[in-house]
Amino acid sequence: MGDGAASDLPAWSIDREAALAEPLHSSWSRSDARDWAWGDATGAGVRVCIVDSGVDASHPDVGAIQGAVAVHEADGELSVVDDDGGDLYGHGTACAGIVRKLAPACEIHSVRVLGGDLTGTGTVLVHGLRWAIEQGFEVINLSVSTTKSRFAADLRELTDRAYFRGSMIVASAHNMPVESFPWRFSAVLSVGSHSGFDPFEYYANPHPPVEFAAPGVDLELAWTDGSTIRASGNSFATPHIAGLAALVLSKHPGMRPFELKTALRMASSNVRSAA
Amino acid sequence: MSAHQEPLSSEAGRRAMLQSIVALVLAVFGAKACSIMRFDEGSRELVFEAVAGEGEDTLVGRRIPASTGIAGWSLASEEPISIDDVLSHPRFDREVAEQTGYVPTKLTVFPLLYGEESLGVLSVLDAGATAHFGLAGMESLAHFASHAAMTLAAVAAARRAEASRDEAPLQALAEAIDSLGEQGRRRALTLIAALEPLIRQDGA
Repeated sequence: MGDGAASDLPAWSIDREAALAEPLHSSWSRSDARDWAWGDATGAGVRVCIVDSGVDASHPDVGAIQGAVAVHEADGELSVVDDDGGDLYGHGTACAGIVRKLAPACEIHSVRVLGGDLTGTGTVLVHGLRWAIEQGFEVINLSVSTTKSRFAADLRELTDRAYFRGSMIVASAHNMPVESFPWRFSAVLSVGSHSGFDPFEYYANPHPPVEFAAPGVDLELAWTDGSTIRASGNSFATPHIAGLAALVLSKHPGMRPFELKTALRMASSNVRSAA
Repeated sequence: MSAHQEPLSSEAGRRAMLQSIVALVLAVFGAKACSIMRFDEGSRELVFEAVAGEGEDTLVGRRIPASTGIAGWSLASEEPISIDDVLSHPRFDREVAEQTGYVPTKLTVFPLLYGEESLGVLSVLDAGATAHFGLAGMESLAHFASHAAMTLAAVAAARRAEASRDEAPLQALAEAIDSLGEQGRRRALTLIAALEPLIRQDGA
C-alpha cells in the first residue's frame, strides 16, 4: 500500500505475502485477540447503515432490511424520504450481502445517494451521510467518495461528528490515483483491498492513511434482480471491515470508535503479540 | 483531415485522437471492444465518442441513460469497476445487447476524471479473454483512463471554443441591437426578419 505521500496515491492493494512476512507488533495485542474482539458474535444489536445505491432486500444474500430511505431532490432542495426503489445499480446490494455474510444478525439500513434522478454529486452524499449520522447508526458503510474538494470541509466536519457521537464510518479508499473524500480523514476507518478470499483475513496497514486491507478482488457478490456477479474493488473490501466492526460492537456494546479501531488492529491477520 | 492540421482544430481530428486511445487499449489488453463515452449533462445520457472492436461501425453517436447500469454507476460514483460473469446478470444482458449488439462476459469501466469533474467513462469488454485481468490490469488501465480523460477534456474545450467562434457574429449583432434606442431597435429587427428567407434560401 502507499505510504500516504501525495505522490503515492491511491492505496489500491496490499501484498498478502509481504504483509505476513513482516508482521506488525502491538504492545496491546493479545494471543486471543479474535476471541476477545468478536468470539461467537453474530452482529445482533448492531445497526449497520449502507450509504450507497440502495439495497435490494429481496436478494437471498441480503434478506430483510430494517429501513430504506433515499435522498430526494426537488426544486434544488434535498430531503430524505422513504424509498422502495431497491437498488438501480447493484453496488449497495453487493455491500449489504457482504455485511450480512459476516454479521448475519445485524440490522441493515439503506440510504440511497446514487441512482435514478440523483446525480451522485457531493451534495447528495453529504446530505445522506448527515442523515445517517443523526440516526446514530453504530456502523456506517461508505463505499463511495467524492473527488470534489469543495465538499471536503463538510465531510471532515461530519466525520468528526460521527466519531464523537460513536458512529464508526467505514470508508473505501479510491481505486484510482486521485484525491477523494472522506476516506483520508482520521475519524473514519479506511479500507483497501488484498487478493485473498477468506472474509476474516484482513491486514492492518503500517502506512496509513489506508488503515486496513480486506478481500476486494474477484469476489462473488449479490447484485440486482437476485443475480450474482464477480467483481473487484475497494468498495467490496470495505463492507468486510464494516461487518467485522458490527461483530466487535455486538460483543462489546458501547465501544467507542477509537477503541473499535484498536480492537480491529489487534485482531488483524498481520499483528502479533508483543509478548 | 490534412496531415499537418492541428488535430484539435477539426471534428475529424478530435475523433481520431479519441479513436487512437480506444484502439490502443484494445490492442494492449487483448479486448473485444473498448469505448469512450462522454457524459451529456443536459440530457443525462452517455454518448459514444469512440469505439474500437465490436460496435466500431455502428455505435459512435449512440446514447444510453446515465442513471442506471454499470457505466452509470462508474460515472456517478467516480470509481472504476471490473465485473466478471456478466452473462449471469439478466438486467445487464438486456441493456448491453439492446444498446451494443454484443454481450461480454467481462466488463471493466473507468470514470474519466479530469480535475474534479467526471467527464464520461472508458469501457473495456472482455479484456484478456484468456488471461487473468486482476489488480495489475486495473492499475495499468487506470493510466489509459487518465489519458482518455485529459484528451476528452481537450476535445470538449476545442468544441466549446469552436462553437463560441461560430456564435461570435450573432453575439456581436445582439449586442449592437441592445445598444440601440427603441426606434432603431425596431428597424434592426425588421431588417433581420427580412434577411431570414434569404438565409434559408442560401442554406437550402
